[in-house]
Amino acid sequence: MDLNTVLLILDSTLRLATPLLFACLAGLFSERAGVFDIGLEGKMLIAAFFSAAAAALTGNVWLGLMAGCAASMVLSAIHGLASITFRGNQLISGVAINFLATGLTVLIAQDWFAQGGRTPQLEGGARFQPITLPFAEALSGVPVLGPVYGDLLSGHTILVYLGFLAVPATWYVLFRTRFGLRLRAVGENPGAVDTAGVSVTGLRYAAVMICGLLCGFAGSYLSTGLAAGFVKDMSAGRGFIALAALIFAKWRPWSALGACLLFGLLDALGNRFQSIEIAGIALPVQFMQALPYILTVVILAGFVGKAIPPRAGGTPYVKER
Amino acid sequence: MQKLPAWADVVLLPLINLALAFLVSGLVILYIGENPLQALKVMVNGAMGSTRGWGYTLFFATNFIFTGLAVAVAYHASLFNIGGEGQAALGGLGVALVCLAVDWPFWWMALPAAIIGGAVFGAAWAAIPAWLNARRGSHIVITTIMFNFIASALMVYLLVNILKAPGMAPESAGFPEGSHLPTAYDVLGLFGIPFNRFAPLNVAFLVALAACWGVWILIWRTRLGYEIRAFGKSEPAAVYAGISPVRIIMVTMLISGALAGLMGINAVMGEAERLTLDAVQGAGFVGIAVALMGRNHPVGVLLAAILFGALYQGGIELEFEIPAISREMILVIQALVILFTGALDGMVRTPLERVFASLRKGAA
Repeated sequence: MDLNTVLLILDSTLRLATPLLFACLAGLFSERAGVFDIGLEGKMLIAAFFSAAAAALTGNVWLGLMAGCAASMVLSAIHGLASITFRGNQLISGVAINFLATGLTVLIAQDWFAQGGRTPQLEGGARFQPITLPFAEALSGVPVLGPVYGDLLSGHTILVYLGFLAVPATWYVLFRTRFGLRLRAVGENPGAVDTAGVSVTGLRYAAVMICGLLCGFAGSYLSTGLAAGFVKDMSAGRGFIALAALIFAKWRPWSALGACLLFGLLDALGNRFQSIEIAGIALPVQFMQALPYILTVVILAGFVGKAIPPRAGGTPYVKER
Repeated sequence: MQKLPAWADVVLLPLINLALAFLVSGLVILYIGENPLQALKVMVNGAMGSTRGWGYTLFFATNFIFTGLAVAVAYHASLFNIGGEGQAALGGLGVALVCLAVDWPFWWMALPAAIIGGAVFGAAWAAIPAWLNARRGSHIVITTIMFNFIASALMVYLLVNILKAPGMAPESAGFPEGSHLPTAYDVLGLFGIPFNRFAPLNVAFLVALAACWGVWILIWRTRLGYEIRAFGKSEPAAVYAGISPVRIIMVTMLISGALAGLMGINAVMGEAERLTLDAVQGAGFVGIAVALMGRNHPVGVLLAAILFGALYQGGIELEFEIPAISREMILVIQALVILFTGALDGMVRTPLERVFASLRKGAA
């Protein structure tokens, strides 16, 4: 493998890690506040459709992004209604949201565009275009540094850079602000937060809506950045990989970055090679695809470190009467 | 707050929830610009208007009975087995291996062997998440989701690299003639009752009915079932009564996985007669909706499975008759049923409890 191949693989790693990163941070906000969310997949999917649809109709990708985030936040609101207000089962609500997104996207796509559940191909201003970072041209002659900067770091869409900026931002909000402290407390011990006179319901809704917003970015990136339009089921299990990454990262923002890069790399390798030989054993591509899930199960099993979820995760809060 | 009377909890509440789900589905159809009542008519006719419709409805229902029972059994132990999809896929593999391994002379010899094959493979796929939950405390929902994806990768690998028959499609060789299960046409024909020749309904439906009965006996008439329910209601109380959590989690999940795996005898052995990639087709997830609707009781699961079978068959007809409404409408209805009966249950339950409380006051 020469430098060029390595750069190509790392380049697509960054692209493929971006939607995972947005969705993973989305799940981080929700689950840190004590609301489990297995509906990341559905929210990404509905955002992917509405971004592509709005971008196709208006020709403006930013309007697309807003439409995607709005759609995703509507599903978040339903999840909040079910799991916070009516104290229903958060897992069942997530399952329902995933089906709702799968069904509605194709149904509405068929109604609006009549192209078998797709949106029209997006081009020009209806897509996020690659950005060339400053000095990329000037440095192109420099060995190693030139290609690393010019080909690997430069030339991505704005959402890729936003995704990576979202990691320190999430860390700052959760660990350096009053809101973040309360949000984490509500995921560990909502009773204590309530006693301090802070609204558990308000905090949880805030967390769930932030989750919706970030899933909106993830979905929008899929259909207007990574691809050029929506196709049926285009999230293809990425919401669950993001969930796996969240557990793999033990619900911490910086580790989430590492986990998403790792899973993005596995995806990139699987796309490029049909099988990979390590120590004389040929690993089939399906193994690479299953590896994120296998690694997560291993982490969950506690053989390599222990993944401990937020203590109040999954349980609705009942105020004393 | 006083509780609901039993009949309201078991019958009235699910019906109200179902009505809400259908109401919202109707609004979706209205939005698309079609007539919901017309759509309903097409669906009911398509699902129940002919022996062909019934043949497909009950065929789908058979799949959903198995996966629904799988969710229901686990639920009695307070375990949410969301891995029916993967367990059913592996069950299909077990059934296929049994059917391919021996040149079966008669179906009644092949069927018991296939039942064992499907059950063992399905149970084995549930065993790892179960063990991790019982021994290491891993969250069963997350591990079973992960195992669905691992199963799907494994099935692709096996069908592309190992079991693939010559030809383009990634599917196994056809099963031997002797493993062909009699269809409703064959069986009812013996009694001179005419039935559609091409509908895939087969004797696996009877196995599904037997499974319903078996689950009822297990949960409400055996010591093990009592222990499962006790554990599900309160783990500390069960431990105090000398019930081993590890044993209950393992046994319950093995039974649950085996039930999901049995789906293979209907979908793989009964219909396709070869192993294909999309043998399960989401039935594992429909099982969640079916168990929720059916209140985790075998009779409820049976009725809900038939309802969903009709929904699936009706939905296929719907797409055929009204092309503007694509097949994904089924998924929307399914999602709304899960949402209203499962997650938003409290939205209807609390007002309903108030109504019954004031009625009681009025009577007293």
